[in-house]
Amino acid sequence: MTDLSIRSLAKAFGGVRAVNDVSFEVARGEFLAMIGPNGAGKSTCFNMINGQLRPDSGEIWFERANLAGLAPREIWRLGVGRTFQVAATFGSMTVVENVQMALISHAGETYRLWKPAASRYRARALELLEQVGMKDAADRASRELAYGDVKRVELAMALANDPRLLLMDEPTAGMAPRERNALIALVKRLVVEKGISVLFTEHSMDVVFAHADRIIVLARGRLIADGDARTIREHPKVQEVYFGTGKTFARVEPKPLEPQP
Amino acid sequence: MNVSGFIFQALNGLSSASGLFFVAAGLSLIFGVTRIVNIAHGSLYMLGTYVAYSLATKIGGGFGFWGGIVITACLVGLLGAAIEFVLLRRIYRAPELFQLLATFALILIINDATLWLWGPEDLLGPRAPGMRDAIEIFGRRLPTYDLFLIVIAPVVLWILHLGLARTRFGRLVRAATQDREMVGALGVNQAMLFTAVFALGSFLAGLGGALQVAREPANLAMDLTVIGDAFVVVVVGGMGSITGAYLAAVIIAEVKALCIAIGTVSMFGMSLNFSKFTLVAEFLVMAAVLIARPYGLLGRPQGAVRGVADPEDPMRPATPALKFLGVVVLGALMAMPLMAQSSPYVLILGIDVMIAVLFAASLHFIMGPGGMHSFGHAAYFGLGAYGAALLVKWLAAPMGLALLAAPITALLGALLFGWFAVRLSGVYLAMLTLAFAQIVWAAVFQWEDLTGGSNGVIGVWPPAPFSNSSVYFILVLLLTVIGVLALRRILFAPFGYAMRAGRDSPLRAEAIGIDVKRVHWLGFAIAGLVCGVAGGLFAFAKGSISPETIGVGRSIDGLVMVLLGGIQTLTGPIVGASVFAVLQDTIMRQTEYWRALLGLIILLLVMAFPAGIVGGVINLLRRWRTAS
Ligand SMILES: Nc1ncnc2c1ncn2[C@@H]1O[C@H](COP(=O)(O)OP(=O)(O)OP(=O)(O)O)[C@@H](O)[C@H]1O
Ligand SMILES: [Mg+2]
Repeated sequence: MTDLSIRSLAKAFGGVRAVNDVSFEVARGEFLAMIGPNGAGKSTCFNMINGQLRPDSGEIWFERANLAGLAPREIWRLGVGRTFQVAATFGSMTVVENVQMALISHAGETYRLWKPAASRYRARALELLEQVGMKDAADRASRELAYGDVKRVELAMALANDPRLLLMDEPTAGMAPRERNALIALVKRLVVEKGISVLFTEHSMDVVFAHADRIIVLARGRLIADGDARTIREHPKVQEVYFGTGKTFARVEPKPLEPQP
Repeated sequence: MNVSGFIFQALNGLSSASGLFFVAAGLSLIFGVTRIVNIAHGSLYMLGTYVAYSLATKIGGGFGFWGGIVITACLVGLLGAAIEFVLLRRIYRAPELFQLLATFALILIINDATLWLWGPEDLLGPRAPGMRDAIEIFGRRLPTYDLFLIVIAPVVLWILHLGLARTRFGRLVRAATQDREMVGALGVNQAMLFTAVFALGSFLAGLGGALQVAREPANLAMDLTVIGDAFVVVVVGGMGSITGAYLAAVIIAEVKALCIAIGTVSMFGMSLNFSKFTLVAEFLVMAAVLIARPYGLLGRPQGAVRGVADPEDPMRPATPALKFLGVVVLGALMAMPLMAQSSPYVLILGIDVMIAVLFAASLHFIMGPGGMHSFGHAAYFGLGAYGAALLVKWLAAPMGLALLAAPITALLGALLFGWFAVRLSGVYLAMLTLAFAQIVWAAVFQWEDLTGGSNGVIGVWPPAPFSNSSVYFILVLLLTVIGVLALRRILFAPFGYAMRAGRDSPLRAEAIGIDVKRVHWLGFAIAGLVCGVAGGLFAFAKGSISPETIGVGRSIDGLVMVLLGGIQTLTGPIVGASVFAVLQDTIMRQTEYWRALLGLIILLLVMAFPAGIVGGVINLLRRWRTAS
């Protein structure tokens, strides 16, 4: 059964065709990696699926709804969670409050004016933090955290509405290699337990080849390959994109402060 | 109303557009390169008129006039360079709000300096030598000098255009306007460039002011009226675009001229005098443009907006010590009427302080946790005050009803204006809120039949038992405490958290299902409502309300109160408002030059105590704790 089905998605910025006629599917419970060099259009794809950008054309079917053109918050309510390439949390709140905020919103209590927010869903928030290994930092200010830890908090927030699809744009950017493997392993374990489908991007090929169920490759806005680790490794076009230019699969880290549209 | 009348008014409009264009072009250039909105630009214009007046009258003759204009422009340009060098250079990296406040402080200081140098009288300069006569157009006389002004603006626009396109300096200015990082990367001496641009922008303002010397008298109110108009022009034309500034100056001036030309019209049995709505019309144009094209007619979207201040610490519920302190202060305040026998003035001061606290707390609510720097919070104060006062005046409503009408009027205004305001951010939001406040002010000022115009509404005294100032003090105290506690409660509730979430990271907030615009809109409305209570209480405390008490000055006072106390804590605005109100009622009343004094206080705040009083105390406590 397919969970997410992308059909002929396209987006151009001025003359740049950031995403050009891309189609692919994510099956229920699948752990799908999207890879590609810098500027390939990965984040643009994510931003369209999550509603931050409106596609020029194409359809994004999630379960029985076409997401194209919906606002991010509407898409979130349909059961799609998201983490960002540049981690975004609420700097003036504690770690646990960040997660509580997501739970409050999920419960439809955003407009309540009276009961203190700090008392709402604290237990559930701590549970989520425990799952991502951040329970000990629950009462610290989230802006004091190391970058890798912020990414974990983001993950806990993304899990707060029990999503059926999780979009993760470079969940491990800015982490040490050891930490990356651990985080992706953790995500994989969680989503298998909960039956969540995941679409993620990742620059570290070791991580991708070790954990992804399937891999799709984007280059200059086009989908050039789709298959399991072996197929991708031996795919001539992929080799051309990665090896042909003298670059290797072990890619340089993108700047963590690249602005998000 | 006929065609020739229209054309004549249109020409008149074009000649007043020229002065506006010079200020706006300077403002726009400076903003484009330095990203500073120089609110004091109108003051430079005003100085231009005064200096040109002195040169024209002291030296006299053709040289005194025409040479005087050129010398004036150069002098004002030099002054601008000096201001940049001494002051602004230090705050390029500071949060936007602080930059706006620092330049506002300059307005106050320059205004008092002008008062000191030239005195309070309006000064009308001589007529332009060589251009004393007028030409006849459609049976009306248009001064030759006005024609000269119509021509000079496009000429200067053309020169600026050539300069920006052809010279190295021009290329740098354009590059910096488009991409600031790039200039740094090119290895350009950035400091020199900034000073030069500031000098050029100030030169233009000085020139614009000097050219007005033969047209209108130099007066001390020019700075604020001119900057208000220039803001509108720059925002309508698009920040950083000089052609846009010219276009907008012409549009605005023509809309005003049109209002005057239309004059009185009878519609639906009512006669409406359009010439009285020039101010309102101008700001309506701005609001309309901002809604359709948020970055102005020829502007481009600006990059990310810098935050108000450093990110704040997570909010914690009040500690027992703070609660105890609160109870003690409250107790002391309750006891104040006992002192009233010996010094009745204390109660009046107390009422002023309470109203200021409520005003500042409501402003802080949207500025701090909401991240929306409203530069027009006086609007809701004014709506509240007038809502209550007019009900008393026209319907002889009892005080209870009037005090209920105050927050409702303010709420309605805040709902309307806030809906537009939350669509913008940063300086654009600041200017739009300012524009809305000006609309309220202008409506009150110009709608004489309803509001009494500049005389205001008088005789709004509280009935017995509140006519006794002790009783009224208790009422004000009660409402203030309720208002402040309610705002605090909301900030700790999910809604307050959602407001901060939307400020901290709109991206993340939307991605967890929060409708950031709507949350901020409702936050804006709540702040307006509470502010309306303060306005209503103010009207009854003074027994009257007039346009001058709800002008730009009050909006800025609010900003100073919040920053003085510290924007990052909930106690900040309370402390700030108290200190400010006491200062205003005591020291500032003592000196004629209180504006300059206030300006110096603001500068000191911005440069030395960016965290405000409460922030400073907290930092001190922290240091003391780690040391022991
Ligand atoms: N808001 C925008 N405006 C203009 N161009 C954009 C915008 N966002 C992305 N682009 C361009 O679209 C192309 C794809 O960008 P995208 O961020 O999707 O790449 P990516 O695959 O995520 O790269 P990375 O691995 O560096 O994150 C790039 O050429 C980029 O410059
Ligand atoms: Mg990306």
